[in-house]
Amino acid sequence: MKTKAFKAALPYTIPICIGFLFLGMSYGFLMRSKGFSFVYPMLMSMFIFAGSMEFVTVELLLSAFHPLHAFFLALMVNARHLFYGISMLEKFKNTGWKKPYLIYGMCDESFTINCTATPPPDVDKGWFMFFVTLLNQIYWVSGATLGALLGYIIHFDTTGIEFVMTALFVVMFVNQWEESKEHLPALTGLGCSLLCLLIFGSQNFILPAMALIILCFSVSKRKRDKGAVQ
Amino acid sequence: MTTAQSVLTVLVVVLGTMATRFLPFFIFPEGKTPPPYITYLGTVLPYAVIGLLVVYCLKDAFTSGYFAIPEMIAILFIVVLHKWKKNTLLSIGAGTVLYMFLVQTYFN
Repeated sequence: MKTKAFKAALPYTIPICIGFLFLGMSYGFLMRSKGFSFVYPMLMSMFIFAGSMEFVTVELLLSAFHPLHAFFLALMVNARHLFYGISMLEKFKNTGWKKPYLIYGMCDESFTINCTATPPPDVDKGWFMFFVTLLNQIYWVSGATLGALLGYIIHFDTTGIEFVMTALFVVMFVNQWEESKEHLPALTGLGCSLLCLLIFGSQNFILPAMALIILCFSVSKRKRDKGAVQ
Repeated sequence: MTTAQSVLTVLVVVLGTMATRFLPFFIFPEGKTPPPYITYLGTVLPYAVIGLLVVYCLKDAFTSGYFAIPEMIAILFIVVLHKWKKNTLLSIGAGTVLYMFLVQTYFN
């Protein structure tokens, strides 16, 4: 049963493998170039296991100690997982001891596969989703660790390498822009953040920006509901 | 930051991340459906957060010596390259290399 599920899961994860090794290595290399031991990216990629947030955490570790800020940032950056979870309530049912791990390892990529892929009927769904999640996590942790280890061997001027995080988010922004007809949510995020950056400055703008974004969406939801009633 | 503070920061981030992953399974046990407001936030928040993260990455760029000029050049390059080739890894890799070249030569 396990072998069958593994064989069914593997092909789905191959594209993720390439992407995760590349991005994970950039992440590990970045951490090493900022002076962290390889243990940091290895453990962080294993336990946080949320790519965007791991990049953001590098920044957090390099600034002043502010755990509450870090907590809310993690909540906000990963808020999408709440909705992944809501979509997976049904699918994760009856998966037994595998369920906590499936929830723990529910990164964007594993969610996408588990949510959309239908394994052959003779394959156990629980085991299939388990292997998808496990393989993706192995790729990511290996990438991050390898990248950091490479950082010990390869030496060049790494000034500006932290831009890999900006590049990642810009690409994600473009991808979302192309796949959605409704651009208002993306612009709300950009606009509220820029406004709060101007008002509150770079050290304190994140929390007000999050609050403003949620406020904007609450107002637009209410307007939309009223429009629907009329 | 001391090592203890670093470890605590990472732990807090793990806690925040896992809260977002586990919460739905605690709030909505079998059979309970989430309210429409939450579902609505679920459709729009992912888009807004990426915008927030882009600004977060650039938060110190505008006040540094070059008014975010190298950042803007690299971002423009990434957007054009990505619209053209639609290759995520290529866009990220080439954009980062261009930025590193810019800040190590013309904008150092």
